[in-house]
Amino acid sequence: MSADPHYTLYHPRWYRRRVSVWWWLKNPSYARFVLRELTSVFVAFFAVVYLWQLHALVQGPEAYGQFLARLRTPLFLAVNTVAFLFVLFHAITWLNLTPKAMVVRLRGKRVPDWAILGANYAAWLVLSVAVAFVLLRR
Amino acid sequence: MDRITPLLWLLFSAGGTVAAFLFPIHLFLTGLAFPLGWLEPPPYELLHRLLTHPVTRLYLLVLISLPLFHWAHRFRYTLYDGLQLKHLTELIAVLCYGAALLGTAATAYLLWNVA
Repeated sequence: MSADPHYTLYHPRWYRRRVSVWWWLKNPSYARFVLRELTSVFVAFFAVVYLWQLHALVQGPEAYGQFLARLRTPLFLAVNTVAFLFVLFHAITWLNLTPKAMVVRLRGKRVPDWAILGANYAAWLVLSVAVAFVLLRR
Repeated sequence: MDRITPLLWLLFSAGGTVAAFLFPIHLFLTGLAFPLGWLEPPPYELLHRLLTHPVTRLYLLVLISLPLFHWAHRFRYTLYDGLQLKHLTELIAVLCYGAALLGTAATAYLLWNVA
């Protein structure tokens, strides 16, 4: 009876359809999902750029000058342009999810989605202006 | 692994929030506006003076470390789902979180050694 080790009497093998690695290209919303997930790669890229800048600043003025010169090369300008678009996509999709991720109640009533969204976008604007102010101050 | 899963999700969402609020402006200035000459990059002395302040150091640690953990967590699942690498679960987890830990250690080391 047990000639075939893969055969079990009452438990047939699971039926699993093979799914292509490119499953997410079949539907625009799947593609958007994968693009959103891939934003993390560009988030990590920029974190490493900032770490690199910190390294240059610790080393001294010449190293910082070299860092600035490197960022002016066409390769870095191209990658940073793409990275900026992905990071922007991350920021917008992330902020748009906040009303779903956090339900805020005030005096027993749920704060409407638009108010949470508005507060988040306002915070984004304020923080961006603050960063620009510090880095552009002379 | 199961015991630290809630912590990993917390780091993911904290890092995602930091990256959403702060990365667009930093990347726009450092990656595009300064190199393209639209705006003048901050001189070395200004940035170095900023670095001597503990608040700036804490800010940079948060700015670099948390988004790295955000990447580690999200990229791990991107590899699982996108490339169907479920059989490499442990290796991928070690590489992703390991890279984030390494980046955090390097940042902390540099910030500690700012003269």
